[in-house]
Amino acid sequence: MLEVKDLQKSYEKDKPALKDISFNIKPGTFVAIIGPSGAGKTTILRSLNQLIKDDNGQILLDGNDIRTANKTQLRKYRRQIGMVFQNYNLVERLTVIENVLHGRLGYKSTLAGVFGRYTQEEKEEAMSLLKKVGLENFALQRCSELSGGQKQRVGIARSLIQHPKVILCDEPITSLDPASAQNVMELLKNLTEEYNLICIANLHQINMAKMYADQIIGIRKGRLVFDEAATYYQRIL
Amino acid sequence: MQSPIKYLSHKGWHQTAIIAIIGGIYILGSQILNFDNLNGLLAVPKAFAWLGVNFKPTAHSMQYFPRIWQKLIQTVLLAISSTMVAAIIAIFVALLGSKVTGINGFVQTIVRAIASFFRNIPLVAWSMILLFSFKQSDFTGFLALLLMSVGYLIRAFMEIIEDEASETMLALKATGASYFQVIFQAVLPQILPSILSWILYMIENNVRDATLVGILTGTGIGFIFDIYYKSFRFDAAGMTVLAIIFVVIALETISNQIRKVIL
Amino acid sequence: MTDSQDSIIQKSKLPNSPEIKLHERSLSRTMILVVFVSLLLITGYTLTHLDTAGVQINQALKELMTTLNQMFLQPNAGTDGLPLLMEALGNSVLLSILTTIIGAVFGFLFAVLASKNLTNAYLGAGIRVIMAVIRAIPTIIWALIFSIVCGLGTTAAILGLSFHSIAYLTKAYSESIEGIDNAKIESLKVTGAKFWVIVFQAIWPTIVASFVSWTFIRLEINFANAIAVGAAAGAGGIGYQLFVASGMSFDFHETGLIVYLVILVTFVLEFIAVKIRQYYLNR
Ligand SMILES: Nc1ncnc2c1ncn2[C@@H]1O[C@H](COP(=O)(O)OP(=O)(O)O)[C@@H](O)[C@H]1O
Ligand SMILES: [Mg+2]
Repeated sequence: MLEVKDLQKSYEKDKPALKDISFNIKPGTFVAIIGPSGAGKTTILRSLNQLIKDDNGQILLDGNDIRTANKTQLRKYRRQIGMVFQNYNLVERLTVIENVLHGRLGYKSTLAGVFGRYTQEEKEEAMSLLKKVGLENFALQRCSELSGGQKQRVGIARSLIQHPKVILCDEPITSLDPASAQNVMELLKNLTEEYNLICIANLHQINMAKMYADQIIGIRKGRLVFDEAATYYQRIL
Repeated sequence: MQSPIKYLSHKGWHQTAIIAIIGGIYILGSQILNFDNLNGLLAVPKAFAWLGVNFKPTAHSMQYFPRIWQKLIQTVLLAISSTMVAAIIAIFVALLGSKVTGINGFVQTIVRAIASFFRNIPLVAWSMILLFSFKQSDFTGFLALLLMSVGYLIRAFMEIIEDEASETMLALKATGASYFQVIFQAVLPQILPSILSWILYMIENNVRDATLVGILTGTGIGFIFDIYYKSFRFDAAGMTVLAIIFVVIALETISNQIRKVIL
Repeated sequence: MTDSQDSIIQKSKLPNSPEIKLHERSLSRTMILVVFVSLLLITGYTLTHLDTAGVQINQALKELMTTLNQMFLQPNAGTDGLPLLMEALGNSVLLSILTTIIGAVFGFLFAVLASKNLTNAYLGAGIRVIMAVIRAIPTIIWALIFSIVCGLGTTAAILGLSFHSIAYLTKAYSESIEGIDNAKIESLKVTGAKFWVIVFQAIWPTIVASFVSWTFIRLEINFANAIAVGAAAGAGGIGYQLFVASGMSFDFHETGLIVYLVILVTFVLEFIAVKIRQYYLNR
């Protein structure tokens, strides 16, 4: 269960980017956050794993407040929260499987991580996740040689190997062509059900949100303007 | 809103004004510096004629070749080693000072200031003050090139880190990876090719700069060019220039081939 | 490359190969490793065989500290006086501006003629080779060659600096021109426009921002080169004063002041460059 209460953030004084954002999400829910560009979607998502330090409020993951965690605790929270980016944010020069294994770094000792020593189980899991996202034949390919849709699926596999409770997706399909976009949304939706995840995706496309999301949160100018189950939203539109 | 016609004529005036200002600066500058444009222009073919005559290896100039070659190799070695030592220092400093991997704003500002300071102290000044304490030796040349390169490479490496590694850095941070894990698993693998490309560029550049340092500090290829030049042995000086051209172009070609493979 | 979409939902199976490789041998990885290792070996060899002329490093470092202390903490105008130094500084700045103007004008002409998307391949290749040779000769040597022909002094310095500038800017500009979208050039070609009309109506406006950028980078380089040529070829300016103060009269206080003046100028040049670049990028 992810509970967000009264989240506040302003980058500059007297210009709040987020005001009093509150919502709850149950496991196994695919959530779409929609809103115009500059509304504050990225700020919400990055507050959830504290890449951005918000100013005030509560973020409870299974009852524990992430905001008050110290450095070590924060690393433990972060490895339970996967993140998928609009521009994939892969190490383009490394191979697909190496990028997937990066998701394990949060679980490793600093030294093992620095030298990239992974266990056999981790490698096998990486292979099986690549299979799940349909890239088992690309394991040794350099990421720079992949198409956008393939890169995004590597990003998803990287977040899955973290064994996450939550996956945050910041505009996961904005840079993709329509077919790859559908593909990625379908994958995210299925994974949410299969692993009982909380999956939160920032989207501009309302039709995509309606098609795939279980819950839709609307943001405008840093304020929450609605938070409804998707079926209700579909009915009134 | 301006009308389009007004805009175009405004733009025309603007361009004419800029050309006039630059032309004015040029003419005034020539006058102040006593630069005779016509004579200067006439000197160009003469210089090429000089090169044509003195580039032609003769039996007499060939006897200098072994010594020139030895000094040239020595110069290339100095250029490589000063660049590499500078690069090793620069990568640490750049990691500490870049906006992406840096410690904090204060350290970043300090690093930027130091890098820019080192970069802008003239090579002549480094050469002369090092010559004063370290005397006429290869070590002096090495230090002068090193101090100059460090400033350049710190800035270049910081820009590379900020351009190429910020996104992946963020992604790995979000997985809960620690600082050193992120540096070694994401930042370094990502930036290594660009770093190498800069190192190769710096080596080429240092071979050229070593000539200047050599003239001032009495080392390497610059030194023997200076000796031949001052004793009017122009055939030997021409041979030296030819050897420099050969080595610089060879280095450039090799570097470009390496870049093609790694980038 | 095909996306194997059908296998996405498939149940995962463990692969049966016991050893899972993380990457294959690739040319690029090997090359990076080989080049780095070779360079490090060369560095190790050079440093262990370096001739230090029997200088005691500790002693020398101590002396260097004294010198740096005199330079940076107690700078003064020495026997030359500030007015003379300012005049010399002004001359060096003018020298670098003049040679940059020459470099920019000729550099642009040659760049147009050398760009692969504008002219025929032979002319372009010829110009590129000549420019590569000119660039390979260090500025200081160009200045010395010209001083054989027209005597030691400003003219030789200007020609030497200009030569290197032209060669450098030809390469930089022509790379910018070659980056232009071919459709832009073709769309003017089909209107029957003449070559130089295309150049000034289509090419110039497209590359003006990067033209300005490169030109100012070269201005900074030329200022550094003007100092070098002044010092090592006796061509006057602040470089010569620097050389005299640090290498003949050993007045490191004055050396310090000169270095500060030079740094000040480079900061001002950098500041102007940033402003002008912003102006052209925002248009
Ligand atoms: N680093 C920052 N510094 C200052 N303002 C920022 C920063 N990041 C975002 N903002 C501002 O905060 C607001 C919300 O931005 P963001 O969360 O990126 O919106 P979205 O993702 O919905 O497009 C915008 O007005 C944006 O200008
Ligand atoms: Mg956003």
